[in-house]
Amino acid sequence: MANISRSPWLLHYDGSSCNGCDIEVLAALTPVYDAERLGVVNTGDPMQADIFLITGGINEQNKDVVKQIYDQMPRPKVVVAVGVCACTGGVFKDCYNILGGADTVIPVDIYVPGCAARPQAIIDGVVQAVGLFQQRLDEHNAQKRKEA
Amino acid sequence: MKLGITYMLLYIVLAPFIGGFLEGLDRKISARMQRRVGPPVLQPFYDVKKLLNKQTITVSTSQMFLLITYFVLMVLTGALFFFGADLLMCFFVMSTAATFLYFAAVVTSSPYSSAGAQRELIQMMAYEPAVLLTCVGFYLAAGSFNVSDIAKSQMSNIAFLPGFFVAFVFILTIKMRKSPFDTSASHHMHQELVKGLTTEMGSRNLAIFQITEWYENVFLMGVVGLFIINRNPISIVVAIAVILLVYFLEILIDNSSARMKWQQMLKITWAVTLLAAGVNLIMLMVIR
Ligand code: SF4
Repeated sequence: MANISRSPWLLHYDGSSCNGCDIEVLAALTPVYDAERLGVVNTGDPMQADIFLITGGINEQNKDVVKQIYDQMPRPKVVVAVGVCACTGGVFKDCYNILGGADTVIPVDIYVPGCAARPQAIIDGVVQAVGLFQQRLDEHNAQKRKEA
Repeated sequence: MKLGITYMLLYIVLAPFIGGFLEGLDRKISARMQRRVGPPVLQPFYDVKKLLNKQTITVSTSQMFLLITYFVLMVLTGALFFFGADLLMCFFVMSTAATFLYFAAVVTSSPYSSAGAQRELIQMMAYEPAVLLTCVGFYLAAGSFNVSDIAKSQMSNIAFLPGFFVAFVFILTIKMRKSPFDTSASHHMHQELVKGLTTEMGSRNLAIFQITEWYENVFLMGVVGLFIINRNPISIVVAIAVILLVYFLEILIDNSSARMKWQQMLKITWAVTLLAAGVNLIMLMVIR
């Protein structure tokens, strides 16, 4: 755990999910699991977020929103897709308005499967994302030092 | 004079650490109140370190300048206070600092940030009377506006100023951005304003804001201590105990109350200020 970022701030966006996954995401923040003990803060502000956690598939209406949120986040950043909807489109895959999973518009790093994904799985996904975030932060710092 | 400079330097060097540590305790105790484990006590420092390392996204070029001015003025406020300068002056510099924070938020022209800034102004309107009355109270009790003179009083000033103390602790909730009154920038997530005042502050700017808050909190706690401190060195220990108690009270209020509308905030704050500080003021004037 030594080399892991201690301060991952998380932005949760609900695509076209059925809300099942969202409830599980919020459950991860409740006293039972308490994600804040890992330093996780659930922020609503893309400019301050490190991890973009997305639930639900992408449709015609939210694809620009998702792209914009992603662009507003400062580097380094990590994207986690929670639930099969966000991974592939899930049960809604064949709907006329669904484009597919989150990776149809933005690069996704970590996929958390499940319908709905369980809080344990979500926290596990976030912990992996935190590791990746730290790796990118180190790379980012090395790059900055090289430029300086 | 020499002692004043030592205190001032100590404040400038130590305040961010004390402030950050107090915030860490705050988050831990809050978590315990909600029956959670909570983050480590050093969490605020991890947060700031990360924020400083991230890519800087600048929404508006002047925002950084305005925030740094806010930071410098806030440090100056505390420095003047611990140097032992004029208390009125300290509070005026603090208000100037707050104005720069307002500008730093509106300059981005984001609706959330601007609305947060508007509310910040309303908050200032709510707490300023109590702040000014506190200065007047200290003058009436100790016969001087100078912090160094007030700290050398015969008796703890709280003996003369209980009403002022109540009013000041009441507005501390606003100044520390705690729950019933944290209308301008919420530390609890997902509110109607996103992050209010700080919505458009990314990475480095947010870190500056955070550190400034720590300086500010230590200064405010210093004012709380000024109520207690007197000639006797033992009073310093008592002052620290009272400060910790007040801080705990703020955390308790934060965790046990829901947010208020600004109209209610204004009404209640002014009522408390007028009743507690006003009555105390009249009594002081009658006695003297
Ligand atoms: S994965 Fe299942 S629970 Fe989650 S949003 Fe999709 S349908 Fe709902």
